[in-house]
Amino acid sequence: MFENRVLNIQYYFFIIPALLLSLLLVLVPAIMTIGASLTNWDGMSAPSFVGLNNFQNLFNDHVFWIAIGNNIRWAIIFLTIPMVIGLFVSALLQKRKKSTTVFQIIFLLPYVLSPVANAVIWQNIILDPISGLLGFISRDYFSLSNPLADTNTALYAVAAIDIWHFWGYLVVVFFSAMQQTPDDQLEVAFLEGASSVQVFWNVTLPNILPTIALMIALVTIFSFLTFDYIFLITQGGPARATEMLSTFAYKFAFTSFQVGKAAAVGLTISFFGLIASFFYVWISKSEFEK
Amino acid sequence: MIKISNYIKNNFNNLSSTLILYLLVLIALLPLLLVAINTFKSHADIVINPLALPNEFNFTNFSRAWKAGKFSSGIINSILLSGTTIVITLTFASLSAFVLARRSIVGWQLITIYFLCATTIPIQLFLFPLYFVYAKLGIVGNVFATAFILSAINLPLATFLLRTYVQTIPSDIDDASFMDGANPIQTFFHVILPLLRPGLVTVSIIVGLNAWNEFLITSTFQQGQNSFTMTLGYLSMNGTYATDQGAMMAGAFILVAPIVLFFIVMQRFFISGMASGAVKG
Repeated sequence: MFENRVLNIQYYFFIIPALLLSLLLVLVPAIMTIGASLTNWDGMSAPSFVGLNNFQNLFNDHVFWIAIGNNIRWAIIFLTIPMVIGLFVSALLQKRKKSTTVFQIIFLLPYVLSPVANAVIWQNIILDPISGLLGFISRDYFSLSNPLADTNTALYAVAAIDIWHFWGYLVVVFFSAMQQTPDDQLEVAFLEGASSVQVFWNVTLPNILPTIALMIALVTIFSFLTFDYIFLITQGGPARATEMLSTFAYKFAFTSFQVGKAAAVGLTISFFGLIASFFYVWISKSEFEK
Repeated sequence: MIKISNYIKNNFNNLSSTLILYLLVLIALLPLLLVAINTFKSHADIVINPLALPNEFNFTNFSRAWKAGKFSSGIINSILLSGTTIVITLTFASLSAFVLARRSIVGWQLITIYFLCATTIPIQLFLFPLYFVYAKLGIVGNVFATAFILSAINLPLATFLLRTYVQTIPSDIDDASFMDGANPIQTFFHVILPLLRPGLVTVSIIVGLNAWNEFLITSTFQQGQNSFTMTLGYLSMNGTYATDQGAMMAGAFILVAPIVLFFIVMQRFFISGMASGAVKG
């Protein structure tokens, strides 16, 4: 008995470093964010309590609603285009016997590079109106305008670059899920004369539904947190056309030092993220109860 | 006849799927190929035709980019930041993965759910107060202080990935070790940790990559030229070097080429790591 208790106490020392790190650097600051959202704070001097003023101001700020709208558009774009490409391409790879690894490596390459490198490469050698591919085609072939400079196309242009870097990840995830499809099911389907399209819809897709659900949850979460490519390429411009909640909050905190407002926007992001997170935790929970 | 038409149809399908795959290969690689061919060209040559192959190998772009991107100090900061993050994250995560996989503490469910929520927590839920606390403590720009934040962010994912590796080690092995009189700490270091090696390699690659590429935390906390990582140094060239596209491409080449090489050599670990769980997008 005594032995056992000594053992058990030792086990708690295993969890303490991880828990302490996460509590100190994530949970405590997160609680401070909730507190800060109720104050007027510049980050340096003492904060003053203003109740729900920050939220009230935000709800009356049209930029806030533009940002939410952009985040929703971003989510819709990412839940469709890269998802469909990812499923389609991994199904194509499934039919190949050789070279699947080579294709996966190539498709994953943009994903393992840093957002800074990817964004700067696209801005310069592709989209620069003088020294980029765009400038070259405009001068020598037909006129193209920079899609990042136009308020109607900027969001789609940044999304295209982000999708270029992201879709390969979905291919790898879906491909490895499809590999788990039971062979006997596939054999029966082919013996009964099902076409490869029918096999995809009736055998492959139902088998990877849990993976698709997980990816839908993750993509939704990250659509509401999206920051890197927007901030690197357009900073939310032109004229707020690509403003997201994350860039909006960042500017409040580090450009105008309205940390209370930044915290309020941060909580809004978390609210949207949380809805998708519940879904995500719920899917993953069945995984860890196995 | 049916057989022949099927044969033609199948071949056609194979051909079109191969064409689609090659088109996607081109799309994935085009920006990187453009970096590779323009790295050696002068700005004037790039403006004339960015698609043309270089007619001479001009290495001066590299020296200008190396200086302008402050890569000498950047590479040290990047290695320190990623290295420290890997060490902290893997040490803490392997310890917690062990007890969570073995369910050997009261409240393991609660802690598991906490870490599960923490894997997808928005950085902006804790970024702002944390920054001003760091500023007050005077540790903004300190690579090691920033590495602790990156570790806290990577910890939940690393714990879950390692937890599945621990689960593949039969708990009979722990019991045998206890029978021999070892305590849990000895068992962990002498029995579990050696068996965990493949998992530790995969997870350190994922965590290292995340830390190397991370932008939001790194750009917020590593302020001032002396604190710049390689990516931040390169970013500082953007805009100011618009009339020296050769240097911009050489900088991109310096930044990208080592990662591409490393990725190709270690691709097995990357792909298994990515496929086995969620990786931050």
